[in-house]
Amino acid sequence: MRLVLENVRQQFASPGKDHGSVEVLKGCALTTGDIQSLVLIGPSGGGKSTLLRILAGLDVPTGGQVSFDGTPLPRDPAGRLAWRRRVGTVFQAYNLFPHLTALENLLLPLVHVHKLSRSDALERVFEPLTRFGLAAHANKRPGQLSGGQKQRIAILRALVVEPSILFLDEPTSALDPEMTAEVLEMIRELRDQGRQLVLVTHQMHFAKRVADEIAFVADGQIEAHGPVAAFFENPATPRLAHFLETVLA
Amino acid sequence: MNARFVQRFAAHAAVTMLFTGLVWLAASRVDYEWNWAGVWEYREMFLKGWLATVLISVSALVGSGVIGVVGAVCLQSRNLLLEAVVRVYVELIRGTPLLVQLLIGFYLVATAVGLENRYVAGVVILSLFSGAYMVEIFRGGLAAIPRGQHDAAAAIGLSRWQAFWLVILPQAARIVLPPVAGQLASLIKDSSLLSVIAISEFTLAAQEVNSFTYSSLESYLPLAVGYLMLTLPLSWTAGVLERRFHYES
Repeated sequence: MRLVLENVRQQFASPGKDHGSVEVLKGCALTTGDIQSLVLIGPSGGGKSTLLRILAGLDVPTGGQVSFDGTPLPRDPAGRLAWRRRVGTVFQAYNLFPHLTALENLLLPLVHVHKLSRSDALERVFEPLTRFGLAAHANKRPGQLSGGQKQRIAILRALVVEPSILFLDEPTSALDPEMTAEVLEMIRELRDQGRQLVLVTHQMHFAKRVADEIAFVADGQIEAHGPVAAFFENPATPRLAHFLETVLA
Repeated sequence: MNARFVQRFAAHAAVTMLFTGLVWLAASRVDYEWNWAGVWEYREMFLKGWLATVLISVSALVGSGVIGVVGAVCLQSRNLLLEAVVRVYVELIRGTPLLVQLLIGFYLVATAVGLENRYVAGVVILSLFSGAYMVEIFRGGLAAIPRGQHDAAAAIGLSRWQAFWLVILPQAARIVLPPVAGQLASLIKDSSLLSVIAISEFTLAAQEVNSFTYSSLESYLPLAVGYLMLTLPLSWTAGVLERRFHYES
């Protein structure tokens, strides 16, 4: 994929009584090479997740333009729905549907969005469930699964529809170290299979391993960006240098 | 059937018998000449009235359920006009007695629009009355669904309608089940007020039997039992559904 951001802005009405607004993204600009995976890092509240929601077609930016492989992201509801059907998104809080079993969570998009028959859908999810060691948990509801299992099911739910790009928003931030490892392992495997990824993470070592390019999002802007090796060796700005020092320490 | 179930059943039976005994004691202490034979002659009138109450309640139950869901969705639609219509409706209905609504609704509104069938008018007014409370119950249920569920539904590519039908409503239904069951029990009892617009339902039947036989207690005790025959199964069914829909969230 080749991602281009031009002056992307995002404003939200502020929650207080003053009816003001908060500018979370203040003109993000980025041009990537033709890469398989992009990792977004940066301090909390800097705008990483806001940017990812825009890329995933969940939110519309208040200004600017985003394009993947030369095609601008649609802004109209129908166009964005079509985009969301082509890509996959994984959230920090898993957001599995608690009233459905793990299996039904996987079948829902296949049957209701991609119009597979139930038997075709079952066939499609069987192999990945087994491969990622989740077959034994297929008939459990999310409330009965561990955090790591929930997140792996959530990744599968995004994956079974064969998305062209997988967006992951801090997929391990809610997990303890052991579960973090099992989820990261799964993501690494997807990367090795050639899956295109955009990942927001605080796991710097993991970012180094899976990223083709890294972008540092801070204070609503892309403050630094580049291929992995150079990015870590010669931090482009003092703030990035300080950030890396803090998180890698 | 486990021990806990048996214990609970025994406790309920004991308390029920205690209450029945108290009523019995009270009845035996008052100087009252019982005349069950006179009332028994009018048993068919009771039965017809009871059936009318069942029919009216079931119709209004469906009506108020539909009003509740549609009203709650309107409140979430962010359409100012729809929101205003529903808000004013809910406040007007909840702020005035059902008796007044029945009299105005039947003698003024129904007559003005040429609705002469008092049963239809009664069901419509009762649905509107109970629907106002249902709107609030469903609004609360919908608001209790976390934003992440809406995000996940959008992310897997469900249309807004599919997201509501497959993801939001089933979860909201579980939340609103107990208050809805309570509201439906109220609805059944409130249908007794339809007697003021001369609808031959259960309460009117009891009033008429009383005026024929001058046996007020013998007329009204069956009335209490008849309403319990409707409201108790409703509570039991709600309890069963609540357990069936239960999941850890």
